Amino acid sequence: MKPFTIACPTGHLAFTPLEKESFLAGCRLSPYAIVAYAGSCDIGPRPLRADRHVSLEVHQRHDLEIMLLEARRLGVPMIVGSASDTGTDRGVDQFVGLLRAIAAEHRLAPFRPAAIYSEQKIEDLLDRLARGARIEGLDGRPDADASTLRRTSRVVAVMNAEPIRRAPREGAEVVIAGRASDCALFAAPLLQAGFSPAIAYYTGKLMECASFACEPYMGKETILGTVEGESVRVRAMHPAQRCTPASLASHAVYERTDPLREHVAGGWIDMSACCYERVDEKSTRASGAVFHPTPTIKVELEGAGRIGERRLVIVGVRDPQTIARIDDAIAWARGKVVERFGPEGEGYRLFYHRYGRDAVMKELDPDPPAASHELGIVVEAVHDDARIAEEIAALAARNLFYARLSGTKGTVGAAALMSDEILIREPGYEWTLNHVIEVEDVMELVRIRQLVIDGRAGEGR
Amino acid sequence: MPSLRELASTIRSKNAGVDHLTFDIIFHDRTAFERVRDSGALDPERICALFKIPRERLTHHCVFEPAQAIEFTIRRLRPSGSPGETDVFGAQRYAPLFDVEVP
Repeated sequence: MKPFTIACPTGHLAFTPLEKESFLAGCRLSPYAIVAYAGSCDIGPRPLRADRHVSLEVHQRHDLEIMLLEARRLGVPMIVGSASDTGTDRGVDQFVGLLRAIAAEHRLAPFRPAAIYSEQKIEDLLDRLARGARIEGLDGRPDADASTLRRTSRVVAVMNAEPIRRAPREGAEVVIAGRASDCALFAAPLLQAGFSPAIAYYTGKLMECASFACEPYMGKETILGTVEGESVRVRAMHPAQRCTPASLASHAVYERTDPLREHVAGGWIDMSACCYERVDEKSTRASGAVFHPTPTIKVELEGAGRIGERRLVIVGVRDPQTIARIDDAIAWARGKVVERFGPEGEGYRLFYHRYGRDAVMKELDPDPPAASHELGIVVEAVHDDARIAEEIAALAARNLFYARLSGTKGTVGAAALMSDEILIREPGYEWTLNHVIEVEDVMELVRIRQLVIDGRAGEGR
Repeated sequence: MPSLRELASTIRSKNAGVDHLTFDIIFHDRTAFERVRDSGALDPERICALFKIPRERLTHHCVFEPAQAIEFTIRRLRPSGSPGETDVFGAQRYAPLFDVEVP
């Protein structure tokens, strides 16, 4: 089998624009595929629930344009997954639309993209549940029942390499996939070329974040991975970056619950016996991954739902006596909310984020300072009804101003209100599904559309 | 006694999925790595004591020799990005590790 080289220009395409120089340098070495993921659950539940992208469209177009032009020039597949931050159907369609606009602008000769959708209808999942399917909780979550699904507004299934490798077999030259395991995007062309699942998925795991696998730290720079047999050689394309055994091995464990295992639908890679050896100044070779197929195929489901409307108020405190007794002041203000709305719980949520003390780390902060110079408090109120969320925020924040603390010297306001405003935020959203569902075949949860884009259509009549 | 900040080359935290925070402590220097690994300073019990969490919230802990790294994972109390959460990416939870003393 011939060595197979993949270029990866960016991790999370378009979150900020990719760097063109190192990508073009990589393309001069004639890769056989250009691959990048464009979204994940990392950005929180809001984009999925609201079905909106967080990457700017101008950046999405920038990245897709640079990749598409090179892919078409080289005549190699371009594979982009988890389209438009979330991998919803909207995201796939948006990316296909961008490809059309880019093709028209550059008058590209006809090419065949495949759009792969993996968004799931809540009703379909309720049906599966009613027919006895188990929607199994991950990471310590209980299994999902009908009420979990009803709290969920939008769900995507995380595909493995199978649908992605199938698309080119059917003639597609560009693949825009919905939500997919990052590593599956890289595994697909490798599996298609005949490489083992072990090296295919492992290569994806190493390459998915592009230049994060190299040193010194740089984002958005291209790397190349050349797979040969059961090993992959990863090369930095930026002139000042190197891929070293240390940088590559430490990237292998990045963002993993269990750093030695990578799960995909239908199996997992064991990376515990991997070894990393320097090849030259710019590159390192990795090998030793083992793929364990699972007896059943379990596909991950990501789902998000709305909790309620959300209002914020920002409050500052400078009086050292108040800072020292901020818990008493907050208890007083909370008490005023409880008087009106009863205890916090299902009906409403109320949070005091104490910046300058423990707002960032919360309960994991072992040693918050007793007294800071200033304290910034963000009051966050959530209720199903926007007017009530507003009233809770008003009571919870303004009563810090009126807090009755005995013995304080300042007596006309225990807090500085940054403004009289109650800030309107987007609703509070939550990850409702982090689960897996068993299927006979991954294809049950995806739909593939074969398209043709002709950048010269409508010309020369 | 040196601190972890002096011995490690990377100390970081990040989301691992939506329900977990994962921590990587990586060493460029082999001697420093072995010293920390063998000292017990980052044993599961010590980590739980440092972050003041019950043992069951520490869901994974391992030493990864190829990267000269010590890794552990803590379960979040609520999923990333929920109301009440202030660190969507889980990227700022590692600071308490800086001052861990290594015998």
